[in-house]
Amino acid sequence: MQAIAFYMFAIVAVVAGTLVVFAKNPVHSVLWLILAFFSTAGLFVLMGAEFLAMLLMIIYVGAVAVLFLFVVMMLDIDFAELRGSVAQYLPLGLAIGVILMVELTVGFAAWTGLEQENMEPGATYGMSNAHALGSVVYTKYVYAFQASGLILLVAMIGAIVLTLRTRTGVRKQDVWEQMQRDPKTAVEMKDVRPGQSL
Amino acid sequence: MEIGLTHYLTVASILFIIGIFGIFLNRKNVIIILMSIELMLLAVNINFVAFSTHLGDLGGQVFTMFVLTVAAAEAAIGLAILVCFHRNRGTIAVEDVAMMKG
Repeated sequence: MQAIAFYMFAIVAVVAGTLVVFAKNPVHSVLWLILAFFSTAGLFVLMGAEFLAMLLMIIYVGAVAVLFLFVVMMLDIDFAELRGSVAQYLPLGLAIGVILMVELTVGFAAWTGLEQENMEPGATYGMSNAHALGSVVYTKYVYAFQASGLILLVAMIGAIVLTLRTRTGVRKQDVWEQMQRDPKTAVEMKDVRPGQSL
Repeated sequence: MEIGLTHYLTVASILFIIGIFGIFLNRKNVIIILMSIELMLLAVNINFVAFSTHLGDLGGQVFTMFVLTVAAAEAAIGLAILVCFHRNRGTIAVEDVAMMKG
């Protein structure tokens, strides 16, 4: 059963990853990316990392993929024009892909391996995965944890600063000015005689 | 057949190579390049979690969390730069980005 689940998730992840690269429409690419993340979350569950699987769903599917979708749909771009040169780069990409594949295969073949052979759910000492992670993150890795928080803060401020723009000719509500108005300055009394205009 | 470390490493390496492939095939489209980088980070995460489970050491999973954080930050900043660039130039062709080189 575990083997069936693994092969299902793995094949779906690889196929979705391939389609991310080869899809004609970037919106479809983002959707395939979501599927790839989903399948990888399944793989994480199979490896006994449930908390990370849920994290992958929340961060990638919930935030990053939606961000990508927003940007793809917001920018008015002729994507067909951008795709024109796939054939031009295919030999180079193929060459580098093959070289990398050979390198990974050779490195893997030369690897002598570790003692353990079968995957056991990690050393959680009877705790749930999230519990075990929490007991490590806030003690042993607390500085790295703080640093990642800092990275997120910098990214947030950076994204806001980069996309913020002050446009001219935008009418805004000025609350203070509105509050300063009183009948003396706002209302002008006119004495209109019958049959006459101002 | 028992599913072991090797299987997960194979999937991760295939995903990583697909990511590299995507960068080279879509040289003009920054959005696809960013998505390919996300795929590569995902492959790295699979590697981390596979070794973490195999060795019974939670360090790999903790590091995966940090990689996730950095990936999210990178996506946000990258897309912000993209929006900024598109606003200024009206296109996202990567070749035009090199115009500051002089």
